[in-house]
Amino acid sequence: MDEQEKQQEFQEKIDSGITIEPKDWMPERYRSQLIRMMSQHAHSEVVGMLPEGNWITRAPSLRRKMILLSKVQDEAGHGLYLYSATETLGTTREKVIDDLLEGKAKYSSIFNYPTLTWADVMVIGWLVDGAAIINQTMLARSSYGPYSRAMVRICKEESFHKKQGYEMVATMAQGTPEQQEMVQDAVNRWWWPTMMMFGPHDDDSPNSAELIKWGVKSKTNDELRQSFVDRHVEEAKAVGIEIPDPELEFNEETGHYDFGEIDWDEFWNVVKGNGPMNRERMKAKREAHENGEWVREAAEEYARKQKLSKEKAS
Amino acid sequence: MSNSKESNYDTQWPLWEVFTQPRDGKPHEHAGSLHAPDAEKALENARDVYARRKEAVNIWVVQTEDITASTPEDQGPFFDPANDKPYRYPKFYNPPRAVKKRS
Ligand SMILES: [Fe+2]
Ligand SMILES: [Fe+2]
Repeated sequence: MDEQEKQQEFQEKIDSGITIEPKDWMPERYRSQLIRMMSQHAHSEVVGMLPEGNWITRAPSLRRKMILLSKVQDEAGHGLYLYSATETLGTTREKVIDDLLEGKAKYSSIFNYPTLTWADVMVIGWLVDGAAIINQTMLARSSYGPYSRAMVRICKEESFHKKQGYEMVATMAQGTPEQQEMVQDAVNRWWWPTMMMFGPHDDDSPNSAELIKWGVKSKTNDELRQSFVDRHVEEAKAVGIEIPDPELEFNEETGHYDFGEIDWDEFWNVVKGNGPMNRERMKAKREAHENGEWVREAAEEYARKQKLSKEKAS
Repeated sequence: MSNSKESNYDTQWPLWEVFTQPRDGKPHEHAGSLHAPDAEKALENARDVYARRKEAVNIWVVQTEDITASTPEDQGPFFDPANDKPYRYPKFYNPPRAVKKRS
């Protein structure tokens, strides 16, 4: 079979809903696009621990502290599911981590914003995990088997993340005037960065059409953003939170909310590394990597010696 | 970069495949993979990564390089022997009706 026939057969498999598995033939670009997308997703889970981790020691109660610890641990797990799934495509853990630390790989820009108050932790759970769920529910149907299976696992865990956040937002929105102001302020700061999580408009998103053709994604960035808005505007209303968008309005004709334009200059600026926390996040990741080096080496050396003494004994 | 090495490449430990048994009486199922320096650590990591919510009552770990798998290319020929044996299915048979009904 020549390349073109293989391509065609591959596309037919995708179109008829057959899952692609690691050892199946796949176009080189399918492979490289997936490695890019999945490792980026894994990095986002891992870097995403930092903004929330910032508040673990200052959680307002033991209950909230246990919940936050558990959520952050889940995010570590999500990163690990995704790194493993990425490795099935033929890359290595060493390589993808190196790409992150060298600044060659990206992670979601949302984590380049600071968490200034406890209310930020609440709003991240509600909005950021809420946005993640919309994206990940789609990816759970992705054409690449290991990616889709990792996503199914992740989706099961995400709903707790969102619910605990929304519960706190609801509680604080009924609190003292200061508390109400605090939660509204956090929503004001996180709304637009969360809207940006879905990426550029469809016309400015060159990868989108290809990923949809290959069944990696099934919805465009703008479609996903719209479902995020529709869902979260209702949730905001239910607890008396205001969405910081003067153009937000329900459109009777479409049955969806119309909304204002994202500040794309800000978006690209953060993507390029100039967000408020880009440097800080990368520094934390590099330090964690360097400080963990002796642990990785020692554990490997211990394993080697154990194996050796076992061999001698037998 | 401040790192004295040319790159951050270092060991991330060998790769292991994890199989979890969801409930007593159920078969083990592939859950995913992870990195660990040895089998003992692999089991602990598997518990923390793949069983944070009682997803398993038992876990197997095996080093990925020790697994031999059939390849998609020989999917056809390799499984061929099962292709022409319809008599292995109950549908192949046509017993008298009375017997059929009672079963
Ligand atoms: Fe996550
Ligand atoms: Fe989450």
